[in-house]
Amino acid sequence: MATTTAGTAEDTTTARYAARVEHVSKSFPAPGAPGGRQLVLDDITLDVAPGEFVTLLGASGCGKSTLLNLVAGLDRPSAGAIGTDGRPALMFQEHALFPWLTAGKNIELALKLRGVGKPERRQEAERLLELVRLKDAHGKRVHELSGGMRQRVALARALAQDSRLLLMDEPFAALDAITRDVLHDELARIWRETGLSVLFVTHNVREAVRLAQRVVLLSSRPGRIARQWTVDLPQPRRLEDAAVAELSAEITEELRGEIRRHGQH
Amino acid sequence: MASTEKAAGVTERAAAPQDPDDLAGLEAGLDALDATQTVRTPIGQTLLRKVLPPVTAVALVLVVWQILVWAEVAPPYKLASPSDVWGEVRAAWLQGTLLEYIWTSVSRGLLGFLFALAIGTPLGLLVARVSFVRAAIGPILSGLQSLPSVAWVPPAVIWLGLNDSMMFAVILLGAVPSIANGLVAGIDQIPPLFLRAGRTLGATGLRGARHIVMPAALPGYVAGLKQGWAFSWRSLMAAEIIASSPDLGVGLGQLLENGRNNSSMPQVFLAILLILCVGIAIDLLIFSPLERRVLRGRGLLVSR
Repeated sequence: MATTTAGTAEDTTTARYAARVEHVSKSFPAPGAPGGRQLVLDDITLDVAPGEFVTLLGASGCGKSTLLNLVAGLDRPSAGAIGTDGRPALMFQEHALFPWLTAGKNIELALKLRGVGKPERRQEAERLLELVRLKDAHGKRVHELSGGMRQRVALARALAQDSRLLLMDEPFAALDAITRDVLHDELARIWRETGLSVLFVTHNVREAVRLAQRVVLLSSRPGRIARQWTVDLPQPRRLEDAAVAELSAEITEELRGEIRRHGQH
Repeated sequence: MASTEKAAGVTERAAAPQDPDDLAGLEAGLDALDATQTVRTPIGQTLLRKVLPPVTAVALVLVVWQILVWAEVAPPYKLASPSDVWGEVRAAWLQGTLLEYIWTSVSRGLLGFLFALAIGTPLGLLVARVSFVRAAIGPILSGLQSLPSVAWVPPAVIWLGLNDSMMFAVILLGAVPSIANGLVAGIDQIPPLFLRAGRTLGATGLRGARHIVMPAALPGYVAGLKQGWAFSWRSLMAAEIIASSPDLGVGLGQLLENGRNNSSMPQVFLAILLILCVGIAIDLLIFSPLERRVLRGRGLLVSR
């Protein structure tokens, strides 16, 4: 569902943003909290430009996943408006591939639900699998794939939705460090090749700096935008780059400051 | 990290872009290291592991049985010998009635099961998806599973008379709750992540039911079918033993009851053996392969 509550994102060709979050707040019912509701997100305003790669960074409880769910249209904001350029694709921390289908059929299901005709589906699925460098995996069952391969198929399935915006909810958090590093390169490459907008949620500072053009730091309880950094380091980057490390150190210091505030009262 | 290396890293960062082929090679290496291989066991080993043990068990039972007969622990009219029962099998086979007994019951059982399937499936979907229906009849449906289906035979005879529809009614009352409950359990156990993933892909409403909910619930549903068949068969035997009438034809239940009336122990044993064998055969030929297929496809089958 395109949550075009802002009402300005209908025209997909000339959209000025991939996602627009305007003064969005979200609270959940919580007995015991003042007013019976717990405020999770407080007055968030954030634009993702077409083709931009933005990471949302924060400690636990900052509501970053909640914000992503709101942008994905899986939940409604308590206040404010969210507009997206078409229905966004969403990738989870778990691969969320359907185990009753092969890798290829998972992608073909996404294509089918998008209304792609049967003859083109197979071809398109092959193309997407090749994009994530898994061209021999079409007939493989999900359980026959490694964790990294599963996330790549999940990425291909998300790309099959042909959205302008890809939402990623800590998609590499459950992978081992070596695989994660390789998938960072892979995601950066695919982002450059497809020109997608990406909104990427993580609690890993280096990952955020490694990938993003812009890092948005959220404070916790309630989640507010604490600070933003524009990362104009050239791609491809490496986790070990001194400049990445330097900016990561700065952001980590800020993040720790945010976390420390919660211990003080 | 040494400070000299650090400085070098900064200056060379832009100058050392990754070779795309190198990344591909790296990834291929990771994939090869990580991928799990599923190997199917050779047929000889399957025979040794799966067929030999039950054959041994059956042989052992026969030996013990024969020893008990030789020891005359009970008079022959109470304990028929294996050879007497075998004689009964041969006689029924030569008269051509053996397959007739089996077919009468099996055709009733399977037809009743198909009816139960047609009723239990939509009922299960309703209970799982509509909370009012679940609150209203969910507990009753679970409770019905523990009610012995023999209890339905007297009312069924009174309502429907001594005919095939009475048999089907008893089968339905036995099997429908199992099938419906299996589907409900299957749907309840769907990981919420699949539903969320389905929704982001645009599978909502009926398309969601078809592409996500039903396939995701399949393992529980198949388990329900398996149990549903067992209940169908048990209900049918109860109905056949209690309700006998010349119009109904001789099924395995009647065969058993006739054996009792004729005080023919070999016939009683024959009937019990056939009931057992048919139950096992249907499970081995239809439901177990179906279940294994579903589970293996999802990587849920742990090979021992």
